[in-house]
Amino acid sequence: MGMPVSIHVRGDSPGLLREWAVEEALAALVEVDRVFSTYRADSEISRLRSGAIGVQSCSPAVAEVLELCAEANRLTGGYFSAWLPGPDGALALDPSGLVKGWAVERAARALTEGIDDDYYIGAGGDIALAVRGDTEHRPPWRVAVEDPLHPSRHLGVLELWAGGVATSGTAHRGSHIVDPITAEPATALASVTVVGPSLLWADVLATAACARGGDALSWLDWPAGYHALAVTAAGRVLRTDGMAELLAD
Amino acid sequence: MVARPSMRIAMFLVVTVVALVLLFSYRTSRSPGALPAAAQGGGNQVGVVSGPDPVGTPATAGNGGSAGSGGSSGGGSSGGSGASSQSANTVVNGNVVPTRWGPVQVQVVITGGRITDVKALVYPQTNGLDLQINGYALPILHDSVIAAQGANIDAVTGATVTSNGYIASLQSALDMAHFP
Repeated sequence: MGMPVSIHVRGDSPGLLREWAVEEALAALVEVDRVFSTYRADSEISRLRSGAIGVQSCSPAVAEVLELCAEANRLTGGYFSAWLPGPDGALALDPSGLVKGWAVERAARALTEGIDDDYYIGAGGDIALAVRGDTEHRPPWRVAVEDPLHPSRHLGVLELWAGGVATSGTAHRGSHIVDPITAEPATALASVTVVGPSLLWADVLATAACARGGDALSWLDWPAGYHALAVTAAGRVLRTDGMAELLAD
Repeated sequence: MVARPSMRIAMFLVVTVVALVLLFSYRTSRSPGALPAAAQGGGNQVGVVSGPDPVGTPATAGNGGSAGSGGSSGGGSSGGSGASSQSANTVVNGNVVPTRWGPVQVQVVITGGRITDVKALVYPQTNGLDLQINGYALPILHDSVIAAQGANIDAVTGATVTSNGYIASLQSALDMAHFP
C-alpha cells in the first residue's frame, strides 16, 4: 500500500473529544497496518504468505478479511482477487486491495463512536465520509472526480452525505491493476470511480471493473446503491444511470 | 476593504484538518513513519524556513507509523499571528512523505494570505518513468493548487498515489504555516 491517510472533521465537538476520536481512528489504521502490511516481513499477512503460520494462528481480523476477499471474488466473477501474480509469476496472497477500504471503514467507525461530527477520511484517492445528525440542514461533502487523463480537471462533483467513493485506475503510474484472469495488466480503462454505501465494496467494484475493462459498467451486476463512472483510455466517459443523476458540475 | 481570501483549498480540506497520517509501511521499511529529512534523496529542513515567523516548527520527530498531527484547531497559539502579515512571503517546507515510489517533499510560498507558489523539493526520480511522470505531474500540482484556492470542493477521488504524497507534504506545510 503505502499511502497517506487524512482525516477531516467538521462540527462542534469539544476539541479534546475530537482529538481522542481521531487518535482512535488512527490507532485502528496502525493496527491494520501491523497485521496486514505486505511490506513488513513480520506482519501476520507476510508470515501467512510465507507459510510460517496458518490462518488459525492469526488475528480474527485475518479470517474476516479473507472471507470478504472470497465474497468479493464471487461478486465480481473473479475480477477481484486477493491472489495476484508476483514478480516471478507465481500467485501470492495479497489482500491489500480490499484491506485498504476495510481499514478506512474501521477508522470511520472509531470516529463515529467517538464524536457526532461530520467527517471524511481520504486514503489514496478513496474516501469514506458521513454527514451526521440533521442531514437536511447540513451541507454534503463535495467530492470531485478527477479526470484521469487531465488530473487538474474534474469530471464532475458528487454531493454526498454518507458512504464511500473509490477510484481505481492506471493514471500517473502506468498500469498497476492486473486482470486476475489473464494475468495481464488492465489497460482499457484509465479509471473507474464507484460510489456507494460502503467504501470497501465501492473499492472492490472499482478495482474489478478496471480489471474487466471496456464493458465493465454493463457487465457488472451493480449492487443496489452503487454507481459507477469509467473513463476509457481514449478519454470517453461512461456512466451508469445512477451516476449520471448523482454527478453535478 | 478587501475580503479575506478564502482559504478553502480544494484538494486538502475545507473545514478542519484534524490529522494527517502516513500509514501502511513503505518499502523503505527501515525508517517507517516520519523520515529524517536527510534520509533518502536529501530532504530539506521541515517547517517555516523564511518569513514572518522564521523560528520554524521543528520537524515532528519520528514516532513510528504516524507523522504527527496537524491540528489546525484554534489557529496559531504560538507565532501564528506573524503569518498573517500581508506583505511578506512565508516559505514553508512540508514533511518528507514516503510514497510507494519514494519520498516526496513540497515547499509552499504564502504571500498575503494566499498560496503563490508550490514546488517539489524531493520527488521520485530514480528511473526514467519517474522523471517522465514528475515532469508531467509537478506542473499539474502547481497549477491545480494555485487554481484550487476558493474552489468549492472538499475532496478529490482519483487514482493518483504520488499526488497524494504531494498533498500530504503540502498539507503539513500549510499546517506549520498556520494556514487556515
